[in-house]
Amino acid sequence: MTEPIISIRNVSKRFAGGVTAVDNVSIDIEQNEFFALLGPSGCGKTTLLRMISGLETPTEGQIIIGGQDMAFTPPNLRPTNMVFQSYAVFPHMTVEQNVGYGLKVTGVAADETKRRVVEALEMVKLSHLAARKPDQMSGGQRQRVALARALVKRPKVLLLDEPLSALDAKLRDDMRMELTRLQETVGITFIIVTHDQDEALSMASRIAVMDKGAVAQIATPAELYEHPSNKFVADFIGKVNLLDASVISQKGKTVTCNTKMVGKFAIDTDKTCGSTATIAIRPEKLKLSTAEPKGASLVKTKAMVRDVAYYGDTSHVIADVGGHDLEINVQNDSRTGGSGVERGQKLWVSFNPHDALVLTE
Amino acid sequence: MSVNLKPGQGPLDYARRPWIIALFAAVLLFLYAPIASLIVFSFNVDKSGVWHGFTFMNYVKAWHNEQIFYALSNSLTIALISTFFSTILGAMTALTLWRFKFPFKNAYEGFVALPIVVPEICMGISLSMFFSYTGMMGAVRDWVWPLNLINIIFAHIAFSFPFVAVVVRSRLVGFNRQLEEASKDLGATELQTFMNVLVPFMAPALVASALLAFTLSLDDFVITLFTSGPGSVTFPVKIYGMVKRGVDMQINAASTVLIVITLAATLIAMKMQAPEKSGH
Repeated sequence: MTEPIISIRNVSKRFAGGVTAVDNVSIDIEQNEFFALLGPSGCGKTTLLRMISGLETPTEGQIIIGGQDMAFTPPNLRPTNMVFQSYAVFPHMTVEQNVGYGLKVTGVAADETKRRVVEALEMVKLSHLAARKPDQMSGGQRQRVALARALVKRPKVLLLDEPLSALDAKLRDDMRMELTRLQETVGITFIIVTHDQDEALSMASRIAVMDKGAVAQIATPAELYEHPSNKFVADFIGKVNLLDASVISQKGKTVTCNTKMVGKFAIDTDKTCGSTATIAIRPEKLKLSTAEPKGASLVKTKAMVRDVAYYGDTSHVIADVGGHDLEINVQNDSRTGGSGVERGQKLWVSFNPHDALVLTE
Repeated sequence: MSVNLKPGQGPLDYARRPWIIALFAAVLLFLYAPIASLIVFSFNVDKSGVWHGFTFMNYVKAWHNEQIFYALSNSLTIALISTFFSTILGAMTALTLWRFKFPFKNAYEGFVALPIVVPEICMGISLSMFFSYTGMMGAVRDWVWPLNLINIIFAHIAFSFPFVAVVVRSRLVGFNRQLEEASKDLGATELQTFMNVLVPFMAPALVASALLAFTLSLDDFVITLFTSGPGSVTFPVKIYGMVKRGVDMQINAASTVLIVITLAATLIAMKMQAPEKSGH
């Protein structure tokens, strides 16, 4: 295995007043990764990013970039560049001057600066606006300036702080693709901070989910979604039904458990369970049917439809099972009839235990 | 009951009502008639209060009047030097207040702004006493020009730098700190960041407050009177002395010049402070 480009080792950040923003975080980020720091607001993800850039200093721990400890390296000497949430494009400079700024202040020759600026503007498709001032540009264009300005420095790592949060929905989708394309073209490591799970899942090659300053799980998007390691991750990434279960017995990898909602069933797990566990099942993995579903392995129960929310491509059904709600996603795969589910209807809910997951923490 | 309004006249269209227009005209007249007459009579051929014909003679005479010329050059010298130092001092004060946290910061901020509201007469007396007790008043009398103006320059810096600090401070409130961080992140040193990001951002406030300090200094009378000696008469003090001795249209001419200088400075200040227009 090659050396990680960034190695964050036991980093903590405590602010005056006793607030612990980042709590003993260790992450290794490999060369060329598109890495996402994902979490609700206030989880410490931005503080962590700012510590990588050098704009904050860790209270404890080490940050190693490209094999060098960055403890005494100020931001202007680090091989990282940042795209700020507010873009922070210099208002008194033209697009060209903005992009060339980082080269000019570090003494890169004028002709090389010019060449690299032209190149960077082409990369973000802004060549035609080189002479504009930022106040004559849209938010999306300003963000491209911020991107070009950071990329022109050829950093080892590009840091992006909530880059899409200020854009409208359509532009956000375009920019998401654009960022992925850019990352593949320039071949440098991207670290993106976001609170939006869709953003992280669709762009990142690996994600660190953060909760209250600590890392809850580091995994690929698919792993996070299908194999969350704890309740926080399961709940934060996508939607999930969490069922409280009492464990009856565990034989090797098979656990037999009992839940109030769907009764007794056996399920496979790698974990060693105590007397209780939580069964997590995603809404799209639950099936609705009018007739009792056949199949010995299926877990099934009767339910009453309490609410149906129509989303075009899918409908989200809330079904009542003995006083508890289950959320079920139904594909509207026919133009006639939609999901065919109506409020007040009595239906069977079933799932395959392979599609459910045992969580112990 | 409803009021009958003429077409195109809204209930809030006060500006169209004749009595409002008359009142507006009266206020303008009250404000500017004295100044206008001062300017008009600066072109009068004799010094009676009656118009006897147009001439530039008063300006020529004032220009060749050594005392007026000396006072005016004193005033301009004092204004330029005190503006230079009070702009730097004021900007530094504003930056300190904006950037750092320190004990008693609020109290300090209040004390910095205090000279703006302290009556000029009090400042004049206290400065005059200060210069007397320290021996500065007598000492500078024999110094070579423009060093003999140093007391007045000190006094003018003291009362004008708070204005600079307040103006620059309010500009800095709107500064996006991420611009500073972006500059450092892009490889700029602390000094480069200050010169390339912060100074251009402050520039309109710096120019505007410098012009403010300039005009404040140029026409200050009270504080200057208390701190000037016989050899360091400024323009406003000189005019006051001349008026005491009798009416002379040279005074009108010189005052008109002062009005023009002040007005020009103010116009430039306003233009610099106006928000930048987009789409030009």
